[in-house]
Amino acid sequence: MIEADDLHKSFGAVRAVAGVSFVARDGEITGLLGPNGAGKTTTLRMLYTLMTPDRGSVRVDGIDAARDADAVRRRLGVLPDARGLYKRLTARENIEYFARLQGLDAATTAARCERLIAALEMQDIAARRSEGFSQGQRVKTAIARALVHDPRNVILDEPTNGLDVMATRAMRRFLLGLRDEGRCVLFSSHIMQEVAALCDRIVVIAGGRVVAAGTADELRAQTGESNLEDAFVRVIGSDEGLAA
Amino acid sequence: MNAAIVVFLKEVIENLRDRRTVMNALLVGPLLGPLLFAGLTSVMISRELDRGEKPIEVSVVGAENAPNLVEFLKQNGVRPKPPVDDPEARVRAQDEDMVLRIPASYGEAWRAGRTAQVELLYDSSQRDSATPVDRLRGLLQAYSGQNGAMRLMARGLSPAVASPLVVAARDQSTPQSRSALLFAMLPYFLILAAFMGGMYLAIDTTAGERERQSLEPLFVNPVARSRILAGKLAATVAFAMASLTLSLIAFGIAGGYIPTARIGMVLDFGPRFAAIALLVMLPLVLLASCLQTLIAAFAKSYREAQTYLSLLLLVPMLPSAMLAVLPLKAQGWMFAVPLLSQHLIVTRLVRAEAVTAAQLLLCLGCGIAAAAVSAWITARVYRSERLAISG
Repeated sequence: MIEADDLHKSFGAVRAVAGVSFVARDGEITGLLGPNGAGKTTTLRMLYTLMTPDRGSVRVDGIDAARDADAVRRRLGVLPDARGLYKRLTARENIEYFARLQGLDAATTAARCERLIAALEMQDIAARRSEGFSQGQRVKTAIARALVHDPRNVILDEPTNGLDVMATRAMRRFLLGLRDEGRCVLFSSHIMQEVAALCDRIVVIAGGRVVAAGTADELRAQTGESNLEDAFVRVIGSDEGLAA
Repeated sequence: MNAAIVVFLKEVIENLRDRRTVMNALLVGPLLGPLLFAGLTSVMISRELDRGEKPIEVSVVGAENAPNLVEFLKQNGVRPKPPVDDPEARVRAQDEDMVLRIPASYGEAWRAGRTAQVELLYDSSQRDSATPVDRLRGLLQAYSGQNGAMRLMARGLSPAVASPLVVAARDQSTPQSRSALLFAMLPYFLILAAFMGGMYLAIDTTAGERERQSLEPLFVNPVARSRILAGKLAATVAFAMASLTLSLIAFGIAGGYIPTARIGMVLDFGPRFAAIALLVMLPLVLLASCLQTLIAAFAKSYREAQTYLSLLLLVPMLPSAMLAVLPLKAQGWMFAVPLLSQHLIVTRLVRAEAVTAAQLLLCLGCGIAAAAVSAWITARVYRSERLAISG
């Protein structure tokens, strides 16, 4: 479970995040929807402890990120906006590197690598150096290394960005699989249809604030719109920076 | 396994797979210095040998006017060449190092007992000609002195009457001290090898990782950034020390081929030199790796980092250039200044001069202190939020 409570973050005069609170529960997919520049990435960066909030707090499985950042990181699997691989290492070596940094022993590392390589259908690229990988192959490798320590909570920043239709569909199936395993899945997107199709719970962010939150039905009821996409546009106030 | 070791091993393996890094850090960097040094030393030694042995070739205009003089010169190692037209122009154009011109009036003046004149044409801005010009001038003066003495004796006077004072020059320089410039360059070659060896890793592990967008995922792991930095610094230091070791081995091999003994010069590139040089260079390598990583952390891109670090390569040249131009006597405090102290100690070692334990300890102590300060600053920069964010 991931709890964000009244998060604030400014860069100089720019207030990127100005009061974001929500809860992402276990066994659910929570979607962070907002136009480009709404503060999604900054919010996620505070959740996965890359940035310290100016105000507010982050709790993962009840652990305060300000108190014990390492314990929080051990409980999180993160696919950040930046998903660069080490191009002179093979896909498997990329995954193993992160497994060792998570402190896994050799036997566990080997077993987890096998399982993830099979689950993500990347047997054909596992022994290849990641230089020249397609966008889809890169994202698969990045997800495998993010999940190698079998975290209860998974944060993904725009996971389908740059993927083709087939890869996007596979990604969505994979996220649903993570949810069905009882994990807490939190992802950000500016694509309304994707959020509508996948999420159990939706948090709509605009201008660094949460403007609406709830299940799809709750959002429809709040806005009086029968179409979820119309509901999104209504709470945000415009469809600029969004994608259907 | 400790996270710092995990990072260290990964950086080493990854960079060993990069052909450009391996070429520059483990081939060009370490070999450039020894090759240049061996080349320059050989040139210098052959010049030293020229000083006394090689016959002086000089074009003589009007040799027929003074057959005795020319005969004397031939007996003393001068090889007269046929006369040339317009000797002034030819000397200026550097076609001839020097030309000896004997005027037609020479014989008449000689027989009349007047001072006869010969002309020596040369270009003093040509350093290369200085040695043969001096030798020829010396021979001409010797001929003059010899004949003067004979004329005096023919008149029943002692030759000493005409020379109340004689200067006996006792040059205390040795081939060793005459090659001060060469020795001033040697430490720079070693330092260059170390700097170049670590440079590519310093860039790759910080600016490169950020540019390739892999720094943010790395920092999401439950590992303190200081550990990650420690692993990266260790890898940078390892490459720098490997480069330095290869360079020292190359110097050891090249040293065997330089015929220093023929001119009485001592060049000690033996195992003892290599061991102490490695020890003395260690704090400098630590310091350089921290500074390189620090600079790379501020750079926005790989290219920008490369530009800054190339400029940093010029810094170690300063003491070399300074000591080559200003022949300063080594003072105690100099052994406390990183870079300068390595410079002095390496120079002394290779000349087989004594280095005291106090000098060694001062160099190591101050070097490690400076490295610790820069490591601390780098660690602070590594903790900043902005470091991981690319673009």
